Amino acid sequence: MYSDKKIDQFNMLIVGTGGQGQITLLQILAEAALLEGYDIRTSELHGLSQRGGSVEVHLRFGKKIYSPLVCRGKADLILALEMQEALRGIYFSNQKTKFLLNKQIIPVSLAKNLTETEILKNLKKIGKVILIPAAEICQKELKTNVVAGIYLISLASFKNLIPLKPESILRAIKKIIPEKYLELNLKTFNLAKDY
Amino acid sequence: MEEILFKKAGRKIILLGNEAIVRGALESGVQFVSTYPGTPASEIGNTFFRLSQIGKYKGHFEFSTNEKTALEAGVGASFSGLKTLVVMKNFGLNVCLDSLLPFVYTGTKGPTVIIVADDPSCHSSAQSEENSRAFVFLAHIPVLEPSDPQECKDFTELAFKISEKFKIPVMVRTTTRVAHQRAPVKLSKITEAGKVVGNFVKEPKRFVTLPPRVLEMKSELLEKIEKVRQFSEKSSTNSIYRFPKSIDGAGVITSGISYLYVREALKELNLNLPVLKLGFFYPLPEKKIKNFIKKLKKVLVVEELEPYLEKEIERLAKNVNCRLRIFGKQLLPEVGELRPEIIISAVAKFANKKYKFSILNLKSSIVKRFPQLCPGCPYWLVFGAVRKAVDPQKVIFGGDIGCYMLAGFPPHFLQDYLSSMGSSIGIAHGIKKATGKQKLITFIGDSTFFHAGIPALINTVFNQSNPLIIIMENQTTAMTGHQPHPGAPLSLNRINRAHNNLYAPIKIEEIVRACGVKNFKIIDPINQKEFIKTIKEFLKKSEVSVIIARRPCIQIKK
Repeated sequence: MYSDKKIDQFNMLIVGTGGQGQITLLQILAEAALLEGYDIRTSELHGLSQRGGSVEVHLRFGKKIYSPLVCRGKADLILALEMQEALRGIYFSNQKTKFLLNKQIIPVSLAKNLTETEILKNLKKIGKVILIPAAEICQKELKTNVVAGIYLISLASFKNLIPLKPESILRAIKKIIPEKYLELNLKTFNLAKDY
Repeated sequence: MEEILFKKAGRKIILLGNEAIVRGALESGVQFVSTYPGTPASEIGNTFFRLSQIGKYKGHFEFSTNEKTALEAGVGASFSGLKTLVVMKNFGLNVCLDSLLPFVYTGTKGPTVIIVADDPSCHSSAQSEENSRAFVFLAHIPVLEPSDPQECKDFTELAFKISEKFKIPVMVRTTTRVAHQRAPVKLSKITEAGKVVGNFVKEPKRFVTLPPRVLEMKSELLEKIEKVRQFSEKSSTNSIYRFPKSIDGAGVITSGISYLYVREALKELNLNLPVLKLGFFYPLPEKKIKNFIKKLKKVLVVEELEPYLEKEIERLAKNVNCRLRIFGKQLLPEVGELRPEIIISAVAKFANKKYKFSILNLKSSIVKRFPQLCPGCPYWLVFGAVRKAVDPQKVIFGGDIGCYMLAGFPPHFLQDYLSSMGSSIGIAHGIKKATGKQKLITFIGDSTFFHAGIPALINTVFNQSNPLIIIMENQTTAMTGHQPHPGAPLSLNRINRAHNNLYAPIKIEEIVRACGVKNFKIIDPINQKEFIKTIKEFLKKSEVSVIIARRPCIQIKK
């Protein structure tokens, strides 16, 4: 359990494919970290690199943060919105790194895709793996899986996988998400509480 | 997003580097903004566009047709006394260079800041890993390099102040990891733009670069640069960070994003090396640098890409400390962006400190994910029709800058050359002239056609060659975030306030016809049969042919 004591630094990556909402998740987490009085830096990519390819975004917060990029071997948490992409996080991980995975594989056509078993086998050799059927749960309960990322960051907060209070995440969601989609996102947050 | 404008001075909010530049310009009271979109600079224009539409930014804003017209608009506004901001990505500087050099000679009337965003590692840049720093040696334009969003805001304001004081345009150079970095930014007060009606006062001695006056102007410019250098010597943006127990004999010189990695590395390695952080890349505070290196035995210069700073340090060391050992590119790569782990290794080697990364290896190979056209993108239809109409092995395919450069990736494989904006047509003409019989099809988007394709089309007609040019008219500037362009219909693109009353979209077909192209058709690529038939027919023609593939981008259609 994380206490109220300020942590020195927390290093996180969100990996997935273009269009899975990584930048919105970054904005929410950065806002929540600001609410808790942390220094923050994030890094993201736009333009061509966004179009359906692999996307990795970085978030670091703590007492004083310099680099916006997580250093090799220093990640505390890797949130993978797509399972194969989680493997790209290995570069940034160490034996203590936690992998929070959305149980979803988006296959690449005409390529050798990895199975869930192969992916888990690789990751378990490295760090702690938490596999959550977020896309499936959101699809079932909310009739859409676009909020799988919101579900996972909320869950990460409730389960202490990220040292930010759920109240801060909730306040950040209210601030960042446009009015039109807010209700859906709040339902997602509450759904994650019950996991 | 509107937060940028509404939040009060003294507040701390999280901003993207590019948003912080907007805020900095607003705090400076900017009155005229022009840009052509390009990653990683696009959000600056997008934000001004939005603020302009909701009436919160009352100055002039425009998406210009290219960076040359954007800069020239800015030059005109500056000559008329307005506070001016011009924004572009690195390659834009190449496009506007012809007008930039004389502008530095004439100098500014209204203070003018030019934002240029580089993209080390080419995350979003197809053509080259350009380092815009090189231009300062050519143009003598002062350049500031921020490291983070706070500095993006502060340096933009400082750039306006320098421009105002010395009557010279000032460039602020960012890179992807600065422009697309989010961090808390402390805000200052917004200055209302005030009057946005300029007044051009005739001063031929000032604004006309004709010889022999032009040589006097060059002398004046060089004198001006020495004055800016004095300012740079005193500026707190060039400062030395010393630790309570700084190690003697060794130090680091760095700037921009590299500074953040250096601080990270020193923390990680628990090293107390003094750091000289340079906010100015040009003119360099030479005295300050000399003072810093005078007593050192060795120095590490940390910079991305080419060793321009390192060479300057070598030059300065000759005078004050000829035995100084200078490390830079011998420990750091010249290709690709820097990352914290690269700098940790370099600093550790430099300081003779052991450091081991926990390296974890992966047995299975990760599947390669190429960027893809969106589902429902009209380009699927164009590429599909081309593949059906011809044997791709027997035709040369020209690529250009836009979403359609994904033609080079699977499953399309329809790209045999790719260079700069508008070049698909220019190069096509050369290939056709050189080879005669080889068949050639080029793809060019509508915004790119307006940007730099038109002169190349005219050249193709004038000098008589016969490529088939497919203009992919999706009615927006899609790849950089759907900015309007001169041909974009009002119904699909929210057009900029300033254009509101006067503007009617320019029809590409009228341009093509006016250029004298006889083989010419407008086809919605959903009509595959007609599209395929026309491609086959046009490839047989002895004169240039043009197909306008007209179907809006799926993202703006939604």
